[in-house]
Amino acid sequence: MSLLITGGLLVDPSQGLEASRDLLIEQGKVAALEPAGTIAQDRHRVIDASNLVVTPGLIDMHVHLREPGEEYKETILTGTRAAVAGGFTAVAAMPNTKPVNDNAAVTRFILEAAQAAGLARVYPVGAISMGSLGQTLSEYGDQKEAGAVAFSDDGQPVMNAMLMRRALEYARTFEVPLIAHEEDLALRAAGVMHEGRVSLELGLRGIPAAAEESMIFRDLALLQLTGGRLHIAHVSAFGSVALIRTAKAAGLAVTAETAPHYFSLTDEAVYGYDTLAKVNPPLRSAADVAAIKAGLKDGTLDVIACDHAPHTSLEKDLEFEAAAFGLIGLETSLGLSLKLVHDGVLNLSQLVAKMSPHPARILGVPGGTLAPGSIADVTLIDLNREWTVDVNTFASKSRNCPFHGWTLQGRAVMTIVGGKVVWKE
Amino acid sequence: MEFRRKDLLGIADLVPEEIHHILDTAASLKEISTRPIKKVPTLRGKTVVTVFYEPSTRTRMSFEIAAKRLSADTLNLTVAASSAVKGETLMDTAHNLEAMQPDVLVIRHPASGAPHFLARRLKCGVINAGDGLHEHPTQALLDLLTVQEAKDTLSGLKVAIIGDIAHSRVARSNIHAFSKMGSQVIVAGPATMLPPYLESLGVRVTCSLEEAVAGADVIMMLRLQLERMGQMFLSTLREYSRCFGLSLRHLEMAKPEAIVMHPGPLNRGVEISPEVADSARSVILQQVTNGVAIRMAMLYLLIGGEKA
Repeated sequence: MSLLITGGLLVDPSQGLEASRDLLIEQGKVAALEPAGTIAQDRHRVIDASNLVVTPGLIDMHVHLREPGEEYKETILTGTRAAVAGGFTAVAAMPNTKPVNDNAAVTRFILEAAQAAGLARVYPVGAISMGSLGQTLSEYGDQKEAGAVAFSDDGQPVMNAMLMRRALEYARTFEVPLIAHEEDLALRAAGVMHEGRVSLELGLRGIPAAAEESMIFRDLALLQLTGGRLHIAHVSAFGSVALIRTAKAAGLAVTAETAPHYFSLTDEAVYGYDTLAKVNPPLRSAADVAAIKAGLKDGTLDVIACDHAPHTSLEKDLEFEAAAFGLIGLETSLGLSLKLVHDGVLNLSQLVAKMSPHPARILGVPGGTLAPGSIADVTLIDLNREWTVDVNTFASKSRNCPFHGWTLQGRAVMTIVGGKVVWKE
Repeated sequence: MEFRRKDLLGIADLVPEEIHHILDTAASLKEISTRPIKKVPTLRGKTVVTVFYEPSTRTRMSFEIAAKRLSADTLNLTVAASSAVKGETLMDTAHNLEAMQPDVLVIRHPASGAPHFLARRLKCGVINAGDGLHEHPTQALLDLLTVQEAKDTLSGLKVAIIGDIAHSRVARSNIHAFSKMGSQVIVAGPATMLPPYLESLGVRVTCSLEEAVAGADVIMMLRLQLERMGQMFLSTLREYSRCFGLSLRHLEMAKPEAIVMHPGPLNRGVEISPEVADSARSVILQQVTNGVAIRMAMLYLLIGGEKA
């Protein structure tokens, strides 16, 4: 079955392309990419992409699918449904499931469930340490062979600097990147939101930006010592952006991501003790939001990933300090990120780069390009469509989204994985 | 004016006119407590439930006495005997209480915002009797009433609040209260107990007790929570009391007629010397008396009168 996508504006930063192109897909691969109107239409199923943007399939390299163990929050099926509805053709699944993905058996289980779902590709992320307990390295070689693409103790920062050093070295052995959740737990203590003016007013214990910044500084120093590759997850603070910028200028092999909520919301979203705005790292000040945008613009922050973290009313409909951290983002990530384009922070190619080729390159996975011969993972985007976020229409099992009721401009209208249309409006 | 709120959650939400109205109401209700028969039928047939998730003697008793003097029925839920220990959520507990149709729920809870959480979900009134580190509005109101009685005004005063500002809901409520009424608040304590951004609340901040009390009209000492020892906020109790304990020599730096307040319970010899606590300048027991009047006023304004 061949598929011809015609008349769209093809935006593929991997080829430096932003032009009108027809895209021909055959046997799950990109067969041809030609100027509009030059491919004969009669032998193919034709998709009219006039007035749409055609990009390499979007990849979210930081999501929590909750399966195995917390299927009441999300499953691999519902999570990948949410992914494709948000325009994502692939996601990287963090290992803090129950049990933790610290061995090849869990990795294989995730891949099999994703295969059965048949929607987005799922790239398992293995745990840095056994059980993410911060004590013993897990089996990177074995898990890589089973399909793990990176290693992270996301949610459980590696507090022991020696373990982090060994993890960087061990990961270098197997040529896999580490993804670091940067947070000093001693400094966070019982903190539940950003430490600032709002936490003072609300009487909520604060998490200072220094809890993130000091750990980033530590891990950059370790990276300098060990070599290897380090990717810094969910950057939220002004000082973190500055540290990463300096490290990159010095030539360190570091990459970094931020999430849409860190450039869309400030700590003021917590007013009223709104647990939907409780997330870790916490929503920070307007100055931090400005620094995140600047970091996206100058390339310090390579990737936008939403840190999709499903929770139900059992975890969220509680007093603020008892509620769980986390919010879901797969179905709002693109719409919120397109605001950066509409507001002139990024151009379209820069945005697509952070949501497709960059995560593909960092994880070493296929995709991120529509060059002929590559896998046919494609997202079709209507840049200007206005729509209202309604959690009741979400494909995700959970509803913990602080953007309910927001009007966004631009969304995915079709998602194609391996040449197959897996979702359309 | 008419008081139109369903709940009393914090001083931050109130406008000065509302505060004056509460204080005036309390001043007129105060007389009831001096009668031979200390009871009026105003809230007959109303039910006041107090739910305390933290230990308290005076606040809880104060609410109960206030309710009884207005002839309301009172019911106390103690946490140790409650379903909380069986794992029931705060919301389920509240819904169950509401199903018994109380008119107002008085809640103290260790989580900041817990009363707000309930107020949004319950039809009955909610009074915040202290939430986490956030607010303790009836305490600030009784403090205002006490200062007004002593000074005949609430504006143009210099109010020094000394101690663990970071963990004190009394401090937060009083900062809002005295600032709204036009007085200058200065807070003092070790820097470990002065959270960043305090200035954004409109207060002056110092680490010197002497600087704070110099020329003060009102000196409010906060209780040092002894569990802060060993949490890296302090070195020794001895040093705390030397640097931040109020003694007679400090009173000499304040205005001659300055008053000394304390929300209780006292750590005698820690944040306040026995000589100061028992001196003529201390209004600590007037605060307790006024507490009953303020809580009578709040119950009356929320569930009494014309809205009945």
